[in-house]
Amino acid sequence: MHFYGFLLRLYPASFRAEYGEEMRAIFLRTRKESRGFRTVLFWMATLIEVFSSAFAAHWDVLNQDLRYAARTLARAPGFAFTAITVAALGIGAATAAYTLIDHVMVRALPFADPDRLVNIWQNVPSSHLRELELSPANYRDWKNAATSFSSFGAFASLAATFRGAGEPQRIFGAAFTDEIFPLLGKQPVLGRVFSAEDLKHSAPATVVLSYSLWQDEFGGGSAVLGRKVEINGSPHTIIGVMPAGFSFPDRDAKLWVPLRLAPIDFTDRSNWYLHGLARLNPDVSGSQAQAEMTGIAAQLARAYPKELANVGANVVPLRDDISPRARLLLEALMGAALCLLLIACANLANLLLARALARRGEFAVRSALGAGRERLARQMLTESVLLALAGGLLGILIAYAAVPLFARLMPNALPWGQSPSIDTRLLAFAVLLTLITGIAFGAFPALRAGRNSEGALRDNVRSGGGRRERLRSALVVTEIAACVVLLISSGLLIRALSRIRGLDPGFRSDHVLTLRTMLPFPKYQKLETRRTFYNGVLSSARQLPGVTSVAYTSFLPMVMPGGVWHVEIAGRPQDIAQQESASARFITPDYFVAMGIPFVMGRGIEESDTPQKPLVAVVSRSFVDHYWPGGNPLGRHFKFNFLDHVVVGVVGDVRVRGLERASEPQVYLSYQQAGDAEWSWYAPKDLVVRASGDVLALAPTLRRIIHDADPEQPISDVQTLHDILDGETGTRSIQLRILGSFAAAAFFLAAFGIHGLLAFAVSQRTQEISVRIALGARPGMILNMVLKRALILAAAGVVVGTALAFAAGRSMQALLAGVSPADTLTFSTAIGLCFAMTLAGSLIPARRATRIDPVTALR
Amino acid sequence: MAAQTPSPESLLPLPTATFHILLALATEDRHGYAIIQDVAARTDGELKLSAGTLYHSIQRMLEQGLLVETRDRPAPEEDDERRRYYRITPFGNAVGRAEARRLTQLVRFARASGFVPGKA
Repeated sequence: MHFYGFLLRLYPASFRAEYGEEMRAIFLRTRKESRGFRTVLFWMATLIEVFSSAFAAHWDVLNQDLRYAARTLARAPGFAFTAITVAALGIGAATAAYTLIDHVMVRALPFADPDRLVNIWQNVPSSHLRELELSPANYRDWKNAATSFSSFGAFASLAATFRGAGEPQRIFGAAFTDEIFPLLGKQPVLGRVFSAEDLKHSAPATVVLSYSLWQDEFGGGSAVLGRKVEINGSPHTIIGVMPAGFSFPDRDAKLWVPLRLAPIDFTDRSNWYLHGLARLNPDVSGSQAQAEMTGIAAQLARAYPKELANVGANVVPLRDDISPRARLLLEALMGAALCLLLIACANLANLLLARALARRGEFAVRSALGAGRERLARQMLTESVLLALAGGLLGILIAYAAVPLFARLMPNALPWGQSPSIDTRLLAFAVLLTLITGIAFGAFPALRAGRNSEGALRDNVRSGGGRRERLRSALVVTEIAACVVLLISSGLLIRALSRIRGLDPGFRSDHVLTLRTMLPFPKYQKLETRRTFYNGVLSSARQLPGVTSVAYTSFLPMVMPGGVWHVEIAGRPQDIAQQESASARFITPDYFVAMGIPFVMGRGIEESDTPQKPLVAVVSRSFVDHYWPGGNPLGRHFKFNFLDHVVVGVVGDVRVRGLERASEPQVYLSYQQAGDAEWSWYAPKDLVVRASGDVLALAPTLRRIIHDADPEQPISDVQTLHDILDGETGTRSIQLRILGSFAAAAFFLAAFGIHGLLAFAVSQRTQEISVRIALGARPGMILNMVLKRALILAAAGVVVGTALAFAAGRSMQALLAGVSPADTLTFSTAIGLCFAMTLAGSLIPARRATRIDPVTALR
Repeated sequence: MAAQTPSPESLLPLPTATFHILLALATEDRHGYAIIQDVAARTDGELKLSAGTLYHSIQRMLEQGLLVETRDRPAPEEDDERRRYYRITPFGNAVGRAEARRLTQLVRFARASGFVPGKA
């Protein structure tokens, strides 16, 4: 009997209350009728029967509640719409932000056993240079000495002129040792990857294509294996195709060739260009590997004190190899999204609380008519869950729309191709979030409402109840505080952006078109061939209408931040701890004029600076300040990459490494003095054209000119100098757009929250206000009373929010480009905005309060 | 709270338990246990409604307006305070007849196909 009573608990409480007693009685009677073995059968039948009919009863109640909820929500479309939108905004933002974080920082890399993959870098322990490439000799020696790794490979980035089935084009890729593909654990979909044989210089040249290149160039045909393609003018045989989505070392990589190192490559330990990638042995931890590598580096430093005295090793898990800046950017994004979610939840809670309060009368009546507390709570729960699910659904749509925008914040150097997509775990995360909000703020008020039905019936909806009022005020304060944090954070970033935009890059970016013609070697190995090409292009371009100056350079600033050589000055003590270096660029005459880089003294590079003449150099002002402060640099000599150069001119500094990074001093050399073979990478390739009028309109003509000079020469990277400069702040602009839209949403949500709270408070206090008016209170006093309340809330929110915003600003100081986290202008603007928002939100309720007609209200 | 159900046919086909409860109440008002006994007797013990099925069906039938709980009590000596008595409504009658028509029709089809011995 007790057991049956327990079973009855499976039914909905309302059903149990209604029929429990009689079911018990019937159970008793029927049990008496079964004896012996039949008792067992009887109990089994009862169990099955109870489960199925209890489920059916629950199902009925759910159906009923859903219908009821749909009806009540349809009767309050404003409330339903607002609640759903508010929930959707918060959930959408949080889901989208988390999707990105998950993709970049949490999810396993798309490689085999990714936790054991590590990058191996050289570092200079005395400086901030933590992740530098390896020299081939160091790679060889480290690999031979190290025991921590089951496999240790190397690769070098590659930018090549590729000619497959169609026109020649510029393509990025990498040169891999035979270890790299197996290290990543990726099999080709077609053919094979590199063997040790492919790395030998005597072997025929081979290439592995990416899936997308295979599709684009060869339409995905299987006959592609064995075909020959041209890479930088030399034929390579296609031996394999990688699966879709594989891209390494970065998202742009489209083809891979074997990394072939000749004996001569191992002679220079200061030529650093290899990336080391290794797999830890199963029983070796990252820190053990680091300790071993540090020891090996120290040994080598003793063996080669001149080159390696200050060079250590750095072992970094592949997963963690994201720049701190990119990480910070994502964290800021997540923080902002959580702020918005908090505001949305607070707003939703406020809405639901107000609604529960307003429906106290309804609950009281229903409760008096016999509806149990459980029944009422259950029904409110259904309603909240329905709202939350609708909000969640809309939020997921918002997240889907937002992810592509957010994805542009993703660091490009990440070694995987796919852009993030929302997966089921994140969907579950979003749905859970809404449900918790809905249940916490929808069902609990209902439970409370049911508890005190007589009281509610008696005083109906007259008083709001002090405790609930305080809770709602706290929620509004939370909203305002979170809103202040978002406003100030975006304000600080706007200030940072405008400060960066205001920086002098060192050149004039207006009216300059640039494009790239990467000259393939060995075709252009001879200076004479190069000179013919440059002169042909430059002289034709110079004659175009509107063109004022044209020039070629090795690399445009910001496009290529590296290319740094060693500087040695006779008589100056060599400080090994301090790498003395400058960025090297070979240029044609007129480069400074075309770029708008100002002359300080002396002359520029001229056509007369031929290979037969002494090597000349034009240096930047910071170069002079560093090596010959106060002296006249003209005519002075220095060794640049171990060759003697004489200074013939000084120009202004350029932010070669980008607007937000410190740059080395610059040295410009004559394109004719580059020698015949060595510097294929440094051979001038970027064309700079300064003209009046619309420079982009010149592009087709320039293409024709280049085609005339060499019909097989591909052209890439056609862009204005302005675009390049804009690209510097591109990520920031996107980040700002996201944060800005979060802040705007927060702003309106908070205003809405204040409005809702006050409107409700006014309607609750109608009688009190009427009495005051009847007793002679003037409209101004009533207005004051309501506004004062709003301002107190706003002040509380602003105080909390300002403190939090300062903390947030401090933690993202690295993104602020020197703007103080306590920037007065930003803070005062945000605080002003918040008070303005409070006033705007409270104006309508306040006016309504002054217009209460005491005669009607008190009747 | 009776839902508005304009046509008896809209509820067809009836669940077996529902139809048997209607049959049991067709002649007189009964309480729950009496319904179970009546159904068992009518079917020679073939169908024994359990308490859960019975009251779940009753709850649903009340909502559909097939039954009402009656305040009229039988003779005091037979009455038990705890018991609730149920009465079929005119709508319940209509639904029961509609279901019977549907079943007759089915049987006629079955005869025509030779599933059931007898005239077509």
